[in-house]
Amino acid sequence: MRRSALAAVAAIGSASLLLSACSKADDNGGDGNKSAGANAATKGVVNASTQKGGTVTYEYSDVPDSFDPGNTYYAYMYNLSRLYARPLMTFQPGPGEEGNKLVPDLAEKAGEPSDGGKTWTYKIRSGLKYQDGTAITSKDVKYAVERSNFARDVLSLGPNYFQQFMQGGKAYKGPYKDKSPEGLKSIETPDDTTIVFKLNRPFQEFDYLVATPQTAPVPQAKDTGIDYVKSIVSSGSYKFQSYDEGKQAVLVKNENWDPKTDPLRKQYPDKIVVKLKVNAETIDQDVQAGDAIDLGGTGVQAATQAKVVNDAKLKANTDNTYGGRLVYMAINNQVAPFDKVECRKAVEYAVDKVSVQTAEGGPIRGDIATTVLPPDITGYAKADVYATTGNKGDAAKAKEQLKACGKTTISTNISARSDRPQEIDAATAIIASLKKVGINASLKQYPSGKYFTDYAGVPTFDKKQNIGLHMMQWGADWNSGYGFLQQILHGDAIGASGNTNLSYLNDKQINEMLEKAIATEDDTTRNGLYGQIDKRAMDLAALVPLTYFKVLLYRPSGYTNLVSTSAFSGQYDYLNIGTTKK
Amino acid sequence: MISYILRRTFAAVILLLVVTAVTFAIFFLLPRLAGQTADQLAQQYIGKSPTKADIAAVKQNLGLDEPLYAQYWHFIKGIVAGATYNLGPTTAHCDAPCFGYSFKTHEAVWPQLTSRIPVTFSLAAGAAVLWLVSGVVIGVISALKPRSFFDRTFMGVALAGVSLPMFFTGSLAILLFTYQWPIFGRTYVPFTENPAQWANTLFPAWCSLALLYSAIYARLTRSGMLETMNEDFIRTARAKGLRERNVVTRHGLRAALTPIITVFGMDLGLLLGGAVITETVFSLPGIGQYAVQGITDNDLPPILGVTLLAALFVVIANLLVDLLYAAADPRVRLS
Repeated sequence: MRRSALAAVAAIGSASLLLSACSKADDNGGDGNKSAGANAATKGVVNASTQKGGTVTYEYSDVPDSFDPGNTYYAYMYNLSRLYARPLMTFQPGPGEEGNKLVPDLAEKAGEPSDGGKTWTYKIRSGLKYQDGTAITSKDVKYAVERSNFARDVLSLGPNYFQQFMQGGKAYKGPYKDKSPEGLKSIETPDDTTIVFKLNRPFQEFDYLVATPQTAPVPQAKDTGIDYVKSIVSSGSYKFQSYDEGKQAVLVKNENWDPKTDPLRKQYPDKIVVKLKVNAETIDQDVQAGDAIDLGGTGVQAATQAKVVNDAKLKANTDNTYGGRLVYMAINNQVAPFDKVECRKAVEYAVDKVSVQTAEGGPIRGDIATTVLPPDITGYAKADVYATTGNKGDAAKAKEQLKACGKTTISTNISARSDRPQEIDAATAIIASLKKVGINASLKQYPSGKYFTDYAGVPTFDKKQNIGLHMMQWGADWNSGYGFLQQILHGDAIGASGNTNLSYLNDKQINEMLEKAIATEDDTTRNGLYGQIDKRAMDLAALVPLTYFKVLLYRPSGYTNLVSTSAFSGQYDYLNIGTTKK
Repeated sequence: MISYILRRTFAAVILLLVVTAVTFAIFFLLPRLAGQTADQLAQQYIGKSPTKADIAAVKQNLGLDEPLYAQYWHFIKGIVAGATYNLGPTTAHCDAPCFGYSFKTHEAVWPQLTSRIPVTFSLAAGAAVLWLVSGVVIGVISALKPRSFFDRTFMGVALAGVSLPMFFTGSLAILLFTYQWPIFGRTYVPFTENPAQWANTLFPAWCSLALLYSAIYARLTRSGMLETMNEDFIRTARAKGLRERNVVTRHGLRAALTPIITVFGMDLGLLLGGAVITETVFSLPGIGQYAVQGITDNDLPPILGVTLLAALFVVIANLLVDLLYAAADPRVRLS
């Protein structure tokens, strides 16, 4: 899962959220102010402007994993890093799902597949330069992929899809240990502008993989491993003026960036300041004062939410949109009696999703979910296998399934993350629903930092502790069915610990359909398969979809070119934000 | 005096070793006793879907594949002799005192601590001056005029000050004085860059902390002064014809200061070790904020570093307090 700074969201208290959920504020503002209106940035570019100069400030309540494009896994860093690191492909700045469109960035055009999708060839643009004026070559892209995916003892924080999918990927030791001049043989660079990736299986969504910052070029001579974050060599429109670990980064215009080589970036502000460890409430105040953008992009805090959604004038400056995430409860197929599908179906029917939605903050924080794939992920198909009246659960049907399972009561445990109050509240609401049909679940809380490595993600622990139900939230690494489903439904994703497939589902049919889908060239057929996988998972009652997560962003006045994009969990696209302030 | 300082220094070193051992045990030994494996620990510092080779490499790089006593020894050795770390293409030597290397950010801890000490020191020093002066002055006046309007009003305010938590007073101060009436700055500016701006941005934090602490000091001073002013030596001083101002400041206050010095030393030492809530509320990049980050990330080296530094500050503050006793109270002799 590409991470989304959910720790900030976790701080939101239920009471205020409930209050805001009951808001009757008008979606359209309606007070005659000059605001673009509620959700305007999800439909178009707000404050579109070509004005140059000024300083754009981002604030974040935490610290990113890394500014190094080869060592990050956060959606907001994928978004921000494009200012100084150009990947082969990226996303077209655009509202909502328009922002999901892949466009060439460092590459001249999208990848050319051959060998049934096992080989992908890219040509990079000519005239590309680093901030020091030296030429960018395809070898630098190859090196960037090698260092970010194959030296995990040094740069461990990003994903490792290339390690999984490149031929010989598992044996290659990475550029810091393997000093051979050819490096990973399955990435070829026949000339300075061509790069060829040879995969171990057909992979039709490879353009998504090369849209990660891991393909942004890194000059080998300037790579200092872990310390590279202190002296990143820019290939984008901005470069680092200063970097103060854990405190602040300042970017200024890269004078060696050539707009002729870049149809996407506009280089509007003179300076970009990224402030870290800023109090979350302070960020909200700064955003409302028009002085900053919330870098994490997970939305405003509880108190601010209550304030803005109950004031039509303020609400007109908000964007409430899907964040590419599903809030759900996984049903552990390996913990009895949930190894029987009827018992799992009993849970599906028993859960009152409205009470869960209310516990999480109401419709403004998420629509009620009935599928595994959220609506903003490619492949989503509307369905509701376990429909109940008003989504409030059906005790009679649940008891019927329980009887078919050979049970009248079940005693189990439900895990949730102790530092996520919304998750605890949702689990408490579920416990109340289940109790009505004879399923007695006790809440077990574990810290989120160890949730997957030490607790819910360890199958032996779950069995020992009789944890049959797991609270969970999931976002895609890239916005396609495969990017979303593979890590939570594929049997290959189950290991001894660190699991995110918390249903512990290992269904041959789903595994095969996932492999078939990623090898299928035709988009329509492939997306159709994702819908089938979703339905199969629901037929097997692998998990209970609860809500499609939504973010509530506040648009800072004075900032230009604000557009909320599905490509980065509903955040504003950071590529061309400018300011009217001097 | 010198032998006293030497003895206290030796005791301080032993104490610090115990502190590090206990912290180390809490974060490493207890999870292992509860069943956590080194592999699971390593997995917390690596991305998704690691191979066995990846986990082994991270364990080796972070030293997690070694026995616990060896890991502890390396940490202690690093403080005295420095340590060498693998950066990838090269290695880097972390000079003594090397407080370890963050598992999460891969940054050496010591430079982070030293870059943050000025922030925490700025916060603590400014607040300490405010609370000490205001607390002692209010306490003395209240003691000299017990049960007066002034006494009752300020003791009431003091009670409120003690009762209000920092996250309330701090947030209120930010809301009122940086947003509602933007008198003070929001972003910390180092003293070396702009002293006026430095004071301007820190002033709300100083006042919030001072409100909390001065209340305690006012009550302490008041009770101390009330007791001292009834002592025989005060009566003697008055009988000798000394002016009342001299009786109060040279004799009364000086004797009443001893417990205040004790508490002040402890408070200042603790604050220098990281004003966790204040730094979080006011977004100050100090030691407390670094500790919070380490705890959030389950990142042991920064937590160990901050703990050790905090303990060091408390130990030093205590030593200074003991030395000040002798200066403040002639009855005290260091032996």
